[in-house]
Amino acid sequence: MTPLNQNRALIGWPLLGHALPWVIGIAYFFMADGYLSLGTQIMIWMLFALSLDLALGYAGIVTLGHAAFFGFGAYAAGLIAIHVSPDPLVGFAAATILTGLLGLITGAMILHTTGVTLLMLTLAIVSIMYEFANRSRDITGGDDGLQGIKIDPLFGEFEFNIFGETAYVYALVVLFIWFLIAWRLVQSPFGKSLDGIRQNPSRMRAIGTPVWWRLVAIYAISAAMAGSAGALSAHATRFVGLSVLSLLTSGVVAVMLVLGGTKRIYGAFIGAAIYYLVQDATAKISPYFWEFVVGGMLIAVVLFLEGGLMSLFDMAKARIFGKADKQP
Amino acid sequence: MNTSAQPILSVRGLCKNFGALAVAQSIDLDLAPGARVGLIGPNGAGKTTFVNMLTGMMRIDSGDVDLDGQSIVKLRPEMRVRRGLARTHQINTLLLDNTARENVAIAIAERDKHAWTMMRFTKRWRGCLDEAQARLDEMDIGRVADRAVRHLPYGEQRLLEIAIAMALKPRVLLLDEPGAGVPSNESHIIHEALDRLPADMAIMLIEHDMDLVFRFAQEIVVLVQGKVLVRGAPAQIAANPEVRSVYLGRSRP
Repeated sequence: MTPLNQNRALIGWPLLGHALPWVIGIAYFFMADGYLSLGTQIMIWMLFALSLDLALGYAGIVTLGHAAFFGFGAYAAGLIAIHVSPDPLVGFAAATILTGLLGLITGAMILHTTGVTLLMLTLAIVSIMYEFANRSRDITGGDDGLQGIKIDPLFGEFEFNIFGETAYVYALVVLFIWFLIAWRLVQSPFGKSLDGIRQNPSRMRAIGTPVWWRLVAIYAISAAMAGSAGALSAHATRFVGLSVLSLLTSGVVAVMLVLGGTKRIYGAFIGAAIYYLVQDATAKISPYFWEFVVGGMLIAVVLFLEGGLMSLFDMAKARIFGKADKQP
Repeated sequence: MNTSAQPILSVRGLCKNFGALAVAQSIDLDLAPGARVGLIGPNGAGKTTFVNMLTGMMRIDSGDVDLDGQSIVKLRPEMRVRRGLARTHQINTLLLDNTARENVAIAIAERDKHAWTMMRFTKRWRGCLDEAQARLDEMDIGRVADRAVRHLPYGEQRLLEIAIAMALKPRVLLLDEPGAGVPSNESHIIHEALDRLPADMAIMLIEHDMDLVFRFAQEIVVLVQGKVLVRGAPAQIAANPEVRSVYLGRSRP
């Protein structure tokens, strides 16, 4: 990006564009009218999809096992609430850090591999965790799910109730903080080196990049973020179902990311939102119909929109402002 | 080569076999600071393999490689780079989605250990970009700094390869056919770029373009079937009948 483009990105329309998701997020709070928990769910999945974008989109780590981190974060937050402390912030912080550690350890074990081998290893890890959670009925509740989670009011003040106001604002703030971190991270020298590793690992080794360490680091950060999403989910619903560790969970988040567009930050937001909104709208027509529609959309996006739904914005922008990236 | 100077890179008895095929047979080589060594040999002589072994991309069967008096044989490629051993590739290995300037800046960030910086980086990254621009100017490709690499002409991509290696401030630079694929009417660009490389850097040049090698090198090593056939000053090599028959004879009747 040229200095000129960077300056241009800071003023005028683009700034409005960056504000838009958060304006919608705040406006939704006042206009949700009984749909607040849907908004919370969407934000949790946005965060999860964003975490996958860091690993898969930016760093090129091929994974179908990200549910491992979402699920681990959810179970960790739930178990901490039951056995250690009902304070939501303690549970949230601990779940995030523990999931980050899990990412660090599993990443260190598998990230010397690439491609299909790596894909299989990520699948293996999430499958082991699923089976472990399934068998450990005493701890996790097995396939009945983890029940009896009680959370203290946030800051001793705001209760997690069935209307979900607290959970919504909580999720919005957490999403915003992780968004800022991710936004900064992908533009940093660290983020640039990940982008380089995704494009050409041997080039990066030739300039002295410790490729494995870099990948383990982003995998751990991504895991911590997914763990945050899982913890939010456990706190918002006071329940953790075994399905958080299922292959379907990994698949759904990947579908969201591809729908919205990888390597775009906002792609994760749009993908998760569209997925849920389409599901909500079409499920009213038929409980099976929504999968048909989402599947159709995915095929259309993969075939015709290489950069996901976010590329529609690029096209619109190019129409209105002309192509900003072209040389004069 | 000034043989009295302490060599910065020293290769002793380097051997490597692919099954029955010997690609390196007890190769010895010294590079002193400021050395300009040309490595030539027919196709399949093991020139690029030799570079791959020096940089650690390929394991060696036996022998030793010392950089600044310390063995680097057990070090991973990226650690050898950080010790000051850089290379360019015969086939471009650039980051095609990034601009030319970013390609160099990423290398500079790595060299200066900024590449772990995740949050507070604006000033440092600006510094990397500024130095990258200067490096591109040195190679005379500063005007294309903002263009995505995939849109650059091939000759400029070759120069960018050299600019990236230079940005690492190596003490030893291995140039693997910098002129490969560059049309002959543009090869003077590569010649001029090589002339501008720092005088105290030890450089080994692998090249098929004989004009380039004989212009550049003070010493030439001829590699045939993984074995050093002969070494010496360019004039000696050009006059050597054995070399002429196995190598030069074919391209210079």
